[in-house]
Amino acid sequence: MNWSWILPPSFSTVSGDIDGIYYVILWITGITFFITEALLFYFIFKYRHKEGRKATYDHGSTKMEIAWTMVPLVIVLWIGVVSKGVWDTVKVDVPAAGLEVIVTGKQFEWNVTYPGPDGALGTSDDFETLNELHAPEDQPIVITLRSEDVIHSFFLPEMRIKQDAVPGQDITVWFEAIQPGDYTIGCAELCGIGHTTMGGTLTIYTAADFQAWSSSQAQQQQP
Amino acid sequence: MSTIEQEMVHAAEGGHHDHHELPFIRKYIFSTDHKMIAKQFMFVSLFFLVIGGLLATMMRWQLGYPGEPMPGGMLLPDAMMAPTPNGAIMLPEFYNSLVTMHGTIMIFFAIMPLLVGLFGNLLIPLQIGAEDMAFPRLNMISFWLAVPAGILMLSSFAVEGGAAGAGWTSYAPLSVSGEWTGVYLGQQLWLASLTILGFSSLVGAVNYITTVINMRAPGMTWFRMPLATWALFVTAILILLAIPILAGALIMLLFDQTIGTGFFRPEVGGEPLLWQHLFWFFGHPEVYILILPAMGIVSEVISNRARKPIFGYHSMVLAIIGIGFLGWIVWGHHMFMSGMNPLLGTSFMISTMAIAVPSAIKTFNWLATIWKGDLHLDSPMLYALAFVSMFIIGGLSGIFMASTPVDIYIHDTYFIVAHIHYVLFGGSLFAIFAGITFWFPKMFGRMMNETLNKVHFGLTIVLYNLVFWPMHNLGLQGMMRRIYDFTQYEYLAPLQPMNQFISISVFLLVAAQSVYAFNFFWSIFRGEKASNNPWDSNTLEWTVPSPPPHGNFPEMPVVYRGPYEYSSPESDTDFYPQTKPPPSKPPVQELIPEPVTPTPEGF
Amino acid sequence: MIERFNELRNTALLVSVFVIAGCGGGDGGGADAGAADAAPAESPVDAATAGNVAGMVTFSGAAPMMAEINMGSEATCAAKHSTTPTEEGFVGGENGGLANVFVYVKEGLESLSFPTPTAAVVLNQDGCMYRPHVLGVQVGQDIAIRNSDGLLHNINASPTENRGFNVSQPVDMETNRSFPVAEVMVPVRCDVHGWMNSYIGIVDHPYFAVSASDGSVSLDGLPPGDYVIEAWHEQLGTMTSNVTVTTGGTTEISFEFTEVMAGSPVPMGEPIDLLHPDGHQAVDH
Repeated sequence: MNWSWILPPSFSTVSGDIDGIYYVILWITGITFFITEALLFYFIFKYRHKEGRKATYDHGSTKMEIAWTMVPLVIVLWIGVVSKGVWDTVKVDVPAAGLEVIVTGKQFEWNVTYPGPDGALGTSDDFETLNELHAPEDQPIVITLRSEDVIHSFFLPEMRIKQDAVPGQDITVWFEAIQPGDYTIGCAELCGIGHTTMGGTLTIYTAADFQAWSSSQAQQQQP
Repeated sequence: MSTIEQEMVHAAEGGHHDHHELPFIRKYIFSTDHKMIAKQFMFVSLFFLVIGGLLATMMRWQLGYPGEPMPGGMLLPDAMMAPTPNGAIMLPEFYNSLVTMHGTIMIFFAIMPLLVGLFGNLLIPLQIGAEDMAFPRLNMISFWLAVPAGILMLSSFAVEGGAAGAGWTSYAPLSVSGEWTGVYLGQQLWLASLTILGFSSLVGAVNYITTVINMRAPGMTWFRMPLATWALFVTAILILLAIPILAGALIMLLFDQTIGTGFFRPEVGGEPLLWQHLFWFFGHPEVYILILPAMGIVSEVISNRARKPIFGYHSMVLAIIGIGFLGWIVWGHHMFMSGMNPLLGTSFMISTMAIAVPSAIKTFNWLATIWKGDLHLDSPMLYALAFVSMFIIGGLSGIFMASTPVDIYIHDTYFIVAHIHYVLFGGSLFAIFAGITFWFPKMFGRMMNETLNKVHFGLTIVLYNLVFWPMHNLGLQGMMRRIYDFTQYEYLAPLQPMNQFISISVFLLVAAQSVYAFNFFWSIFRGEKASNNPWDSNTLEWTVPSPPPHGNFPEMPVVYRGPYEYSSPESDTDFYPQTKPPPSKPPVQELIPEPVTPTPEGF
Repeated sequence: MIERFNELRNTALLVSVFVIAGCGGGDGGGADAGAADAAPAESPVDAATAGNVAGMVTFSGAAPMMAEINMGSEATCAAKHSTTPTEEGFVGGENGGLANVFVYVKEGLESLSFPTPTAAVVLNQDGCMYRPHVLGVQVGQDIAIRNSDGLLHNINASPTENRGFNVSQPVDMETNRSFPVAEVMVPVRCDVHGWMNSYIGIVDHPYFAVSASDGSVSLDGLPPGDYVIEAWHEQLGTMTSNVTVTTGGTTEISFEFTEVMAGSPVPMGEPIDLLHPDGHQAVDH
């Protein structure tokens, strides 16, 4: 059983930043946790009722109130400001695509549409895969995320990517993988009876291998 | 006559209900006495708490032993469990219903009515010195609306297609059609039940707010009110403003399901995200409704059991108000990944980070209260201190998900489930245990057995942490929520032992609650008889008999000081009741303030 | 004042009790509607005077290409097929025969009422395919939905005249359903395996059949008289034919579907399809 608070390994250009914010928060909350819980247990032990003990008649201290208002406020706002940068990188600033695909979630599968040899989506040489996303490393993969029925959530845990797929909307998600391998696609939003079966595989190739795969797929799926 | 003079006359006449003995039905079933209504809420809610726990137990069977026949499963209908030669296996649609109904029942039919229905009703009139609520019949209606709501909710298990299965959050379009969930009538019963329950809460809120504003005894100024009453007052305002939004959303969804409207259905131009905005605009104040009364209870118990004034009373009041206010502008943090404009992610992140501060203020004030106190570590205090300890964890874990980039990874994982349960169980439920134990003598005239409570406390605090702490780890490993069989994902298969560990802990935790249940019922009949004030407390409810008579106070109480004057140098004991006249002050009549006409600014 | 309130309260309570009692437990379109009320009644048809209808359902023109089904996501099922299965929207046999056409008596039997058969019709899920692809049942007759694959299927039926259902079978097991209202046709699909679909026709008499792989179809034991027979195909739409049945005779019938009918609007309950909001189109994945 893994009791560690260390995150599992991640493999995208932004995952280091995301994991970094997590560790910053882990440090801050961890220290706060230890100090406050230690104080709590220490006070419980030290001030437990004993014969002759009298409590101090003390209504408070405005100085302390200000202190423990301002310090947490500054800390959490700082965390917010630092987080904003990473959030903007992931969700707001979409880079120019190395590869564009369409991912459509439906009960209970992910359909991925690739642009085919002409490099453009929406043309007759587009081809599809079922529950598989194949992509090259070191290039931004820009996904147009759709749903055919209910809300699903496109989750690439090792890339630290998650985005709800909402029916009626085209939502842009992007990532850039830094290492070839087989990774996980999951659905992270309850979507019905088969929610548990909506897993898939993300396969990252070197650029050359991806070219080879893409060409052979396009040939196979020629109408 | 002014209100106060009228009330004095009433009090002198022994309350406006005279000494006629009420028939059984009017005394116990259709009662208008706030104390009886409080008990009614308590018994019904405890029943639903048990149901909610049973639902969770079944869920945990499936998670701990995926796909294995469940003991007792053959007793359940085929719509829930698939019969096989080795026993009955849970069906995924029933798992989804369990997830949905566990959340719904615990939040709406257990925690909320316990905190607001039980403690609001029990404490508000007594703590402010009133003979009952402002509108006793409305109060009765509030309870008797909750009952059919509960019956409707439970009946949804019996209809074809089963109980609601779209999560307690009921996101559209999933919740719109049985085509997506396999649930048809059950989803509509869920909506109808919650709409009725919403009205129950609304009339209760109107009652509480009116009572607190209008019916405080002479000398009970706003800043002499106990924090429990403050918390319940602010909670009632949240209910008043938030529930109508929920009701509107529920009705819109009901229309989408039944008469073909398209509020949330994209195929006819509707917007699924609208449901989320409406639901969470209610839903976030709702979670503060679920924690504020608990915080109020904890303040009462800690101050009393530490024999020490609450540290920073005014800050505590401001923090309650601050939480209540800020709670309205954070709802989008439930929607960071929803497809909502990412720029909103940042604004909601900032407000969410800010709302951590008043909770931190309260926590530091509790710590400062026990510092240099004289801590009587009996069971109410143990439960209350456990609240503080668990709330620290729940509150700190919230910071992770408040950070939008981190939420990308942990949204909809078990990290969120851990957070929710640390604040709702570690927080609210422990506070409920503290409150029931503390006010048990006032309700029943008897004490609960202290040894049994300590046993229950010890078992619960340990087992509870064994259940919910590892859920942080499951979430960090990427295990998503509401998932019938996580072993379908290769990367999650290694989490099987931890899930089993949690499940076994849950079975033991649920079994341990029988200790409290036994103590509760046994003590009603055989508990040690209680005096008026077994805890040597200052607040007004402890000046009257246990249990108090109809009308509460034989004479109009007069309040001279705040509620937390423990270990005061002016008193020869370590407490100084609010209504005890100071030795050198002039007689009562000169102390009663001029009759006041309520103005819009308050008193 | 209190009396009036008591009256109002009591009335309100009574009303809510009735409302709750009335709302509880629906029926229809549901499980185990099965057995007929009385002992199986005798058929109202006199076998001595009955006749038959038999013939061929054919297709002329260029047959639509059916895509191969990619079962990569379910290896257990893929292993059950020696050749790659194809979609079954159009199944043409030798000599132009058209399979999976639902043929039934649409008009002419209104004066008769038929007992509900006690035997169930089996809809099997085998190799992640529905077997049969098209089936017919009588109103109230049990459909035994069987999972022979030992893995999770759900059975999602979207009728328009009946109540739908959407249930799952995580293991080998059998679930019974029936429909109380006649309806042609009810689409049934599995959402876990998106290529799985089937159609169920519910009629209130026993005179229905599904054309075989060579296109042959027959309706036996009809009382003499005039009838309208309809043939339904999931992609080519419907055709009707007027026939007269004679005592002891076999009336010939033929339905010739053609290429131009492909993509016709097909009467049946439609699953909500956001990507093709203008109607059910040929399955293209």
